[in-house]
Amino acid sequence: METILEARHINKYFKKPVLFHVLKDINFKVNKGEFASIMGKSGCGKSTLLYILSTMDTDYDGDLYLNNKLITNQNSNELSYIRNKHIGFVFQFHYLLSEFSVLENVMLPAKKLGEKSFEEIEYDAITKLKMLDIEQLAKKRASRISGGEKQRVAIARALINNPSIIMGDEPTGNLDSYNSANVFNIFKHLCDDYGLSLLVVTHDEDFAQKTDRIITMEDGRILK
Amino acid sequence: MTNWKVIINIAKTHLLTKIKQTSTAALGVTFGIGAYITLVCFMTGLNKMLDDLILNQTPHIHIYNEIEPSKKQPIALYDKLKNNINVIHSIKPKLSQKKIHNALPIIKYLNESDHVRGAIPQIKTNIFYIAGNIEIGGYLTGVNPLEESKLFNFQDYIVKGSPQALNNSNNGILLGIGIAKKMALDVGDRIQISTITGEIFPLKIVGLYQSGVADLDAIQSYANLKTVQRILGKAENYITDINVKLTDIDLASPLATKFEQQFKLKAVDVNTANAQFETGTTIRNLITYAVSITLLIVAGFGIYNILNMLIYEKMNDIAILKATGFSGKDVQLIFMSQAMIIGFVGGVLGLVLGFGLASIIDNIPFATEALPTVETFPVNFNPLFFVIGFAFAMCSTFLAGYLPSKKARKIDPVKIIRGQ
Repeated sequence: METILEARHINKYFKKPVLFHVLKDINFKVNKGEFASIMGKSGCGKSTLLYILSTMDTDYDGDLYLNNKLITNQNSNELSYIRNKHIGFVFQFHYLLSEFSVLENVMLPAKKLGEKSFEEIEYDAITKLKMLDIEQLAKKRASRISGGEKQRVAIARALINNPSIIMGDEPTGNLDSYNSANVFNIFKHLCDDYGLSLLVVTHDEDFAQKTDRIITMEDGRILK
Repeated sequence: MTNWKVIINIAKTHLLTKIKQTSTAALGVTFGIGAYITLVCFMTGLNKMLDDLILNQTPHIHIYNEIEPSKKQPIALYDKLKNNINVIHSIKPKLSQKKIHNALPIIKYLNESDHVRGAIPQIKTNIFYIAGNIEIGGYLTGVNPLEESKLFNFQDYIVKGSPQALNNSNNGILLGIGIAKKMALDVGDRIQISTITGEIFPLKIVGLYQSGVADLDAIQSYANLKTVQRILGKAENYITDINVKLTDIDLASPLATKFEQQFKLKAVDVNTANAQFETGTTIRNLITYAVSITLLIVAGFGIYNILNMLIYEKMNDIAILKATGFSGKDVQLIFMSQAMIIGFVGGVLGLVLGFGLASIIDNIPFATEALPTVETFPVNFNPLFFVIGFAFAMCSTFLAGYLPSKKARKIDPVKIIRGQ
């Protein structure tokens, strides 16, 4: 099995207000095409871990590999590029740019990457929206659509650069059960049909049970 | 690897959706720059007019024979009293001629010297204007009207008639407008003048002269050099004053000293004669710049404030942008471009506004006795002011945008996302 993401001996301390050892010697791998979820009680460090894995938090000890390449201690521009190209994000709260249209929101990361022409990017974006059944929203302002729709747009945006892995921080935490199921089905579909790797932090037991692998955390350690 | 198109597009969208705030910020710059342009054009226009008023008519160096006591009194020549302290009471000025000795060769020499644009002769004499039984005292100056026009804008002060008319007339006089009024005379009439020695000459009025100084206009008249020489009964080499115009006014002081020693005559430079005028110019410039810079700084703070607020409002957007792969530098550039767009639009509008206001001022009638040639307020449309104004708009918005955008660059997306 090809490894997409690997964490080796990750340790993280919060220095304020008092020194606190949040993550204690975390080791794990996410394989290609795997749908993994991280579960655990509030404060066990699962979100903290996700932000380290996402390269946004660089204040940690240990080594992080993406596509078998060490990305620890890269400079911030490199990390931005890695996030842009290889990692897709879906957050608990929609996090769209509310002043832009749905289509522009989806296209933005690809425009930043700048590998394709405007027409290609637009075509890709519409393809992604179609895949998620929301192409009719393309021209709407991001602030004018419903919560479930916003989350689907966020997923489309995460997919635009065909990333190696999609990370979710409680992507269904803010949705009703119907929309939660919908988002799960989309993830499952991406994983099964497109071979995408997914790593999702969740509180939702039902959601986690349906994933390929559950990583349970407690007090900054991985239990299994 | 900066994708300007994307960055400008984001900046544009931010600005357009907050059009009210954007316009407020841009208007701040517009008014700042507009006021600067208006002020500086108007003030320098005024300055230039006042400077010209003095510099155009005043020779840079005025050479004449000063009536003064001898610096070396005869007693100093007497060897036997050399070691004494000599006290001389009531020293009288030395009896000397008014005429400049060897005036024509001196003028020729000056005209050929470096840094001299022209040196022209004048004859100054006291006369009386005669109206029936009344005699009014005054001055008659013999000039070369065409050269005076060329070097000292003589024609600007001739309100009726022309320098040519005076030049072509053998017994013409350019009468001060004050005397003309007093005696109810006009161009074409005749006037009698008498010299100090009592000879009476009839002269024909070919023009009227108005300097702007009423006291002067009530006594001063001009005639041809030759006419005055004839009236005084003097030869063609009788010259009392030489007026010199230089190529560079800053050389006036050293050259005056040099000429004084060289010709053993009195030479006064324009800076000594009009020391107050440069002080006035400097202070007016100082006020102009102090006010303009204050206006621009206020505008700069306006932009700083609005960008700061914008960044607080856009914390989420910044976090998303960073999470999806925009670097801190990209985010900083987004906010910097917003500041620069505001500065550019505000600056250009400011230049237009300033130009408009200055043009209006330029067309406001401004008639004054003192300045016969001025009809509207003087405005100096120097392109340099527009360049400076625009550069200042860009600089101040750059500085005002730099600090907030640097903050945006440093925002930690994790904190924002987790804080929700």
